[in-house]
Amino acid sequence: MNFKHKYLFLFPGLLVLIGILIFPVGFTVRLSMSSWDSFFPGLDYVGLENYFRLFQDDSRFWEAFGRLSFLSVTTVTLQYVLGFALALMVWKDIAFKRFFRVLFLIPMMTTPVIMTVIWKTFFHESLGPVNDFLNIFGWNPLWLSSEILSKVTVIIVEVWQWTPFMFLLLLAGLLSLPKEPYLAASIDGAGPYRTFIYVTFPLMAPISIGAIIIRLIEASKIMDTVYVLTSGGPGTATETSSFYIFIKGLREFQFGYSAALSFTYLIIMIISLTIIAKVLVRLMIRE
Amino acid sequence: MKLKLTSIIPLTVALSTASAAYADKWSDMFPHIKNTGDIPGECSYESMSKKDYSGQKLTINTHAVPVMGEPTALHAEQFSKLTGAEVDVIHTPAGDLYSKAMVPFQAGQAPYDIVFGFSNFIRDWMQYLEPVPAKYVEMRQMKDVTQSHIDVASWDGQMIQYPIDGDRHYLKYRKDVIDNPEYQAKYKAETGKELRVPQTWKEYAEIASFFNGWDWDNDGELEYGSAEVMKKDDLMYAAFYSRSVAYSKNPRTPGGFFFDLETMEPLINGPGFVEALTDWVEATKYVPPGGINFGLGDEINSFGGGQTLFSFSWDDAFVAAMEDGSPIKNKVGAAPLPGSDRVWNRVSGAWEETYNQAPYIVWGWAAAVAKKSKNHEMAFDYLCFFANDANHQADIAIGRFGVNPFKKSDFVPEIYVERQGWDEQIAKEYSETLIEMEEKSTNRVFPLRVPGVFQFNSALATGAAKALAGQLSPQEALDEVADQWRKITKRIGADTIREAYAVGVALEDNLK
Repeated sequence: MNFKHKYLFLFPGLLVLIGILIFPVGFTVRLSMSSWDSFFPGLDYVGLENYFRLFQDDSRFWEAFGRLSFLSVTTVTLQYVLGFALALMVWKDIAFKRFFRVLFLIPMMTTPVIMTVIWKTFFHESLGPVNDFLNIFGWNPLWLSSEILSKVTVIIVEVWQWTPFMFLLLLAGLLSLPKEPYLAASIDGAGPYRTFIYVTFPLMAPISIGAIIIRLIEASKIMDTVYVLTSGGPGTATETSSFYIFIKGLREFQFGYSAALSFTYLIIMIISLTIIAKVLVRLMIRE
Repeated sequence: MKLKLTSIIPLTVALSTASAAYADKWSDMFPHIKNTGDIPGECSYESMSKKDYSGQKLTINTHAVPVMGEPTALHAEQFSKLTGAEVDVIHTPAGDLYSKAMVPFQAGQAPYDIVFGFSNFIRDWMQYLEPVPAKYVEMRQMKDVTQSHIDVASWDGQMIQYPIDGDRHYLKYRKDVIDNPEYQAKYKAETGKELRVPQTWKEYAEIASFFNGWDWDNDGELEYGSAEVMKKDDLMYAAFYSRSVAYSKNPRTPGGFFFDLETMEPLINGPGFVEALTDWVEATKYVPPGGINFGLGDEINSFGGGQTLFSFSWDDAFVAAMEDGSPIKNKVGAAPLPGSDRVWNRVSGAWEETYNQAPYIVWGWAAAVAKKSKNHEMAFDYLCFFANDANHQADIAIGRFGVNPFKKSDFVPEIYVERQGWDEQIAKEYSETLIEMEEKSTNRVFPLRVPGVFQFNSALATGAAKALAGQLSPQEALDEVADQWRKITKRIGADTIREAYAVGVALEDNLK
């Protein structure tokens, strides 16, 4: 039989793939080898000049990457712990279970930029309600203008916004778990703690890894929260890689250089997420 | 450039008589101009009503509502009713105005007939913009624009942007506090000094520190010394230049404020700038809690809401404070930016122990017509209508519009007293402060207007923000900025930057 016509069916999908993935990446690579900026528009060819500049002369990018790594790992860890706890809470039969399930999802359904504006108003050091309340106790923390606290604020907003996503995935995982291991654990006399450690957690490991990786991918793109809350400040205390690339590309209009930053960042993320996934599998999945 | 009374007198008379004759048919149709009625001119309501642009469409990219976005939309609606044109107004956040126009410019597209932006975009945008035709440049309403703002809108003598707004940084202060005899006595008793409008940045810091953190207006809330734009990348570089001009703009050393025009070596890490940044780091102690994260909106709300004694930057905070309904209406004063007791001489490499003051004619809102637009005449007519005398008088009274004085006839105190209910003395101080900066000073600093201007300003904002956050010392921060500026200059080309910078230096050195 001749199956050559199968390629005809693959062709539309292939076209879409080229259009939305391969062409943009290819164009970014080409752009990264040009000096396109506000004064020299166009795809001239400067070879790897932008990459040399990045690796030899741009410590700010690497500092931003270090900050991003810290913020991503911290927020995703907190989201995982909180999301798992909330999922466990509404997994069992409790009163108003459906109400809580919907309630916990609300932050994820709101628009990030709008919610960040609201959070910014909350945390405004001289006009916001959080400090109005804390002033009663004589505290006036600098949520947005202290180098350390501004990171904490970004983490709070990110955790609030995206813990529901983790909750949703983990709850779906919990609801799909087989009942037999729990019966066996119960017969063996295992209490809730042991059941969680030796049954629930291992059974949830595959979906946990998936959820963590998805959130890490998303968290590594953190931009809107930083943009609205702090503009990367104070100083560069909350400047992340994506915000830095945004500044270089769309504020300073250095298209060529920001393309080099973007492509390098993409490669770094692919490598680091692959390593993280492998480490998580080794740590969380027992043979 | 001296203020020409011959040009002001007829205008003032026209505006005064217009204010008496406000109940005309145009103000009935368009309540926005109810205070003046239509004011005769080439782009007045009457004149525009005789144009017929039916079936034609004008697309405008402007800022988000309300600042500049609201008047753009309002005048678009009026223009449409008068001329029959279809006007599509697109609102864009401030940070995206540059790129939203630049991307299609570079791609050879013309999605917008008119683009709004900041006046310091001029060098990067000018190759894509249609110069303002002589017909409009010669109009009476253009003759009323101050020379400073003709210069801001022009490149090497050719007008590229249509003047719609005027900006400069000046000092705003709480007059009810500075002029209060009780506080004057208290200040004298505790510091041994006179309480007065600060003449230098050091005096500004002393007074701001004294009035920081206590309830000096008896409203039950704490008040603070100063509200300033300190948030990184939120126009803060302009605030830093305002603090730097007194220390670094030496009228005896022409040839560049930002760079040495001859060598194109950055001057940004010189002792004058370092002194200014050191002052600014000190200022973090007398701003409201979180003041280091204040953008322009926060500054306007903070000073306009009565939270601080001082503020300096664009007009908006002052106009907002003087609007009806403001808790501090007629309690604020305007004065030139503070000066300094010494100024750096980069030629001799030493401080000159003499008083120095320099106005900063900061960039402001600008609008221009795209070269590739197919509706040049309609587009210029719209801008001319936007800035006609009646619209302009109405616009400058509304703080949230972001339209500020730039016409000689704006600097007549009576218009603020009669139309906006300002205290006479405050109106006089305001007008004198502005006209002094605009027309009388010979030591002005203009904004940096060179290719890649955003790269330079962004590098400065990052360095200054690091110093304000305590990540680097002022000297280290500005050394880092100077290093970045050298690299940007090298990338774009020293000669290219020099050629553009020379245009601004000629204005600063009063050569043109």
